[in-house]
Amino acid sequence: MLSLTIKEMSLALREGKISPTELCRKCLNRIKKTQHLNAYITVTEELALKQAQEAETRLLQGAPKGPLDGIPIAVKDNFCTENIKTTCASRMLKDYTPPYNATVVQKLFDQGAVLMGKVNMDEFAMGSGSTDGAFGPVRNPWSYAAPYREQTGAAPDSDWVITGGSSGGSAAAVASLTSYLALGSDTGGSSRNPGALCGVVALKPTYGLLSRHGLIPLVNSMDVPGIMTRSVSDAAIVLGILQGLDIRDSTTIPAPSSLTELPEYFDVKNICVGIPKEYHAPGLSEENLAQWSRVADMFERAGAQVKQVSLPHTQYSIVCYHVLCHAEVASNMARFDGLEYGHRSEVDISTEAMYASSRHEGFNDVVRGRILSGNYFLLKQNYEHYFVKAQKVRRLIADDFKRVFSSGVDVLLTPTTLTDAACYSDFTQEDNRTRSTQEDVFTQPVNMAGLPAVSVPTALSRRGLPIGLQLIGPTLQDQKLLSVAKWMEQRVGFPSISDYGDSSESRNDTGMTKREQTSAV
Amino acid sequence: MAASTVAASELLHNMNKQISILFPKASCVIRQISTSSSRCDCPPQMRAKSTPQQLVGVVGLEIHAQINSNTKLFSGSPVGFSAPPNSLVSPFDASLPGTLPVLNTRCVEAAVMTALALNCTINRKSLFDRKHYFYADLPTGYQITQQRRPIAVDGILHYSLLGGKKSNQMIRKSVTIKQIQLEQDSGKSLHDNLRSQTLIDLNRAGVGLMELVMEPDMSCGEEAAAAVRELQLILQALGTCQGNMSEGQLRVDANVSVHKPGEPLGIRAEVKNINSARFLCRAIDYEIQRQIEVLQRGGTVQNETRTYDSKSGETIPMREKEGLQDYRFMPEPNLPPLIVYEDNASLPTGIDACQVVVVQKIREGLPELPSVKRDRLVQTYGILPEHSLTLVNEDGLMEYFEAVLKATKREPRKVIGWVKNELVAHLKQQDMSVSQSPISPSALAELLELQETGHISSSVAKQVFQEMWRSPDKTASQIIQEQDLGLLSDTAQLHSICQTVLDSHPDEVHAIRNGNKKVLNKLIGLVQKETKGRADPVVVRTIIQEKTS
Repeated sequence: MLSLTIKEMSLALREGKISPTELCRKCLNRIKKTQHLNAYITVTEELALKQAQEAETRLLQGAPKGPLDGIPIAVKDNFCTENIKTTCASRMLKDYTPPYNATVVQKLFDQGAVLMGKVNMDEFAMGSGSTDGAFGPVRNPWSYAAPYREQTGAAPDSDWVITGGSSGGSAAAVASLTSYLALGSDTGGSSRNPGALCGVVALKPTYGLLSRHGLIPLVNSMDVPGIMTRSVSDAAIVLGILQGLDIRDSTTIPAPSSLTELPEYFDVKNICVGIPKEYHAPGLSEENLAQWSRVADMFERAGAQVKQVSLPHTQYSIVCYHVLCHAEVASNMARFDGLEYGHRSEVDISTEAMYASSRHEGFNDVVRGRILSGNYFLLKQNYEHYFVKAQKVRRLIADDFKRVFSSGVDVLLTPTTLTDAACYSDFTQEDNRTRSTQEDVFTQPVNMAGLPAVSVPTALSRRGLPIGLQLIGPTLQDQKLLSVAKWMEQRVGFPSISDYGDSSESRNDTGMTKREQTSAV
Repeated sequence: MAASTVAASELLHNMNKQISILFPKASCVIRQISTSSSRCDCPPQMRAKSTPQQLVGVVGLEIHAQINSNTKLFSGSPVGFSAPPNSLVSPFDASLPGTLPVLNTRCVEAAVMTALALNCTINRKSLFDRKHYFYADLPTGYQITQQRRPIAVDGILHYSLLGGKKSNQMIRKSVTIKQIQLEQDSGKSLHDNLRSQTLIDLNRAGVGLMELVMEPDMSCGEEAAAAVRELQLILQALGTCQGNMSEGQLRVDANVSVHKPGEPLGIRAEVKNINSARFLCRAIDYEIQRQIEVLQRGGTVQNETRTYDSKSGETIPMREKEGLQDYRFMPEPNLPPLIVYEDNASLPTGIDACQVVVVQKIREGLPELPSVKRDRLVQTYGILPEHSLTLVNEDGLMEYFEAVLKATKREPRKVIGWVKNELVAHLKQQDMSVSQSPISPSALAELLELQETGHISSSVAKQVFQEMWRSPDKTASQIIQEQDLGLLSDTAQLHSICQTVLDSHPDEVHAIRNGNKKVLNKLIGLVQKETKGRADPVVVRTIIQEKTS
């Protein structure tokens, strides 16, 4: 029952096969059993039961608010939630409780969704492994599923794999069946990357279609709330609920259409699928490449036109992404000075000393490093050379996409990641900057251009770990993109984690110990 | 950038020390060499001090005008001057993470209206930027301003001041407005030295400001003060800023340098913390004189920020800057470009005219500006332009003047003399505003009417005026009756007084009879002295003429 999609569960609730409170309790139990994953920072048990009770009343009266009424959800801990701690997985906001809900959170609440908790991430969403948060790393649920265990003979305590990031907690919550939907955020691939590595659908909508009000920013000009679900149809349902103009966010745009359900049968005969040649990047694993080819062939066999296209500026994207990202980070993080809220150091010899030590103590080295380099890029003598240049290249990257889409291409098909999930022990050999450069290579150009993209789980690797592929659409063509994604989803035959029994619960005891060790970082 | 704060006087000194951290920017006013405006029309005492090398002052201004709006520039918090600390603060104003700026259209309209009144070019598209610096009353660590492309540029402010030998000639001047930009105000820091802590009030944080940059087209304090006064009147007429300098609604920083006319401009100092037009004038003149003296001693003027100490009348260097500040400007990513439309016809389809700023609509709604008002007064009442300057520049004086006119048949040109020479002189002497005048317009009208109808002479009228000033509860007629100041209407008595005067001045009588008519006035004066001014001079003249013919 926990492995159903939102659509299926919504029907089950209406038919009275299960009540919202029963469902809520089941999910809360499962959260406890999968605590070793470290997916949740805060479990909002009390609120969840209250919301479930209210949903139950509405369902009994035959007046549910919509498809999400009574559905358990999880929210990344960088979306503000009224009276619920919102930490960004940082010491800086360890005890911070916002006085308001992010617009997207409010919209989910208005639909009767039941909040299970706030989920783990990289500190301030800066990372691609969910290993760099103040509350310890998130473990990929597939680490404990039969395929990985059998294929690798891995010792789960030492050889568990990462979720990807930075929305690793969101991906883990959906993949480990504790929530039907999780909000992530996507700045350079932070939803799609863990979506691919954890085997869940991850949608990054067109920039501006979803409100960022209440999303604690990483890069304002690229941040988008991400939608992580178990099926493409579910993502479409949630997109329909969340999209649209928000007066609190001046960068939002009206939804092009009120999204209705995706067609069950979508004809790809008239679709042109572009395969960008620049995405044959160094480091792309043989298996990911094989999946990419398999699905491209699948489209071709079904009558779609599949053609190679070129996005010539792709290779410059990641370095420009870093310049723009670090510059905005330097600016956005300036508010965390320990005065109005957040961590304040004991040092009080002067205001300046208090600022310095609060920020030193509150931020990890990744955040501090980006602040330093970002401020360097913004210095008067460097601004033209770095920031302005990066903006110009950003325009070229956006133009690459525009040109391809105006040449008749409907969607681009690319890998989401270079490989399947890395072992934690391997992943942490490299520093955050190197990893981000590798991990975001296929995802961040989309953020530079503001386009919609979705990662669809495609297959399990030889190691028994998920591989995802990415579909990219033209701006505001989110619905069409999802229609193509659904067609693909229906044919790739990606297995559910529940097909392999409840092995993820079996690591409970040892996992707990491990978690306590890591969260003490 | 936001200008210096206004706070309780005991805190002011400490705050001044801190201000250098807050606003250490050396402004980037583009300097122009202007020969026409380098001549100073300052009062004679200023000119007397000027040096043989003829160093003259050059003054540019940076003015921060708080926009008169119900809510802040980017949030829905109310704007208020004396609300309890931190009672007008929204999550955005306190920089809570995840909050975003939402532009207040009213503030844009105010800036456009002000720009139109100052003959600026309105940029159809302007941009917002972040300017970074750490300061306790700047919660986000950056100020949202318009660095790259402000809402309006290239305007001109015409102003006049009284100059000449008797300071009664109207001199017309103008100053170029380089740009008007929209930006956020900062909060206020209150430093409690006893407990060695700083208290922050964010009520002002995020209030909309218009920063007006005036080119260095002025040459002395008086010109700067007159320009600021004209700006203040314009802002008040528009309703875009309340313009009260002491409440910090209008904050003026002066960039002052000296040079020899025709030579490049000298190194300038920025003078801050000036909270009235009078102090502005004094601070600038002090600074010009100080720089001249520095150069005469063979020294060099420092490019620095100085603060004006109104008690000593001096400008004092602010605490040294800790190195050069780099504001690390970057585009504000959460605000799309600000677009204003010329007229309804230029609106893109689907856009509601009520939701956007339409320049034409604002232009049509512009109220009467002070210069137009002055022209109208000159035309309507036949008064001199310099009189109209006084009438409009003194708060409430024009209304007073018109109220007097309504209640009397006397000619406007006579009334203006009374208002300007008696009323304003008395008010100035006691540092009072028109609204505080003990003599109401109707009381003054009654007095003038009594004079007009021949009940009192003009010299008695002045005595009565002074008496009315001292005893506001008494009317003019009461005073005249009590002190027996009415004109002598008894012709026999007048004849007898005249005869006595003539008898005791035989030489003068002889002179008149020989055709020296000027001596007549002396005799009339003597009669007036005898009657304590109660005799009608016309009647006295007739009597004396009769008796000496």
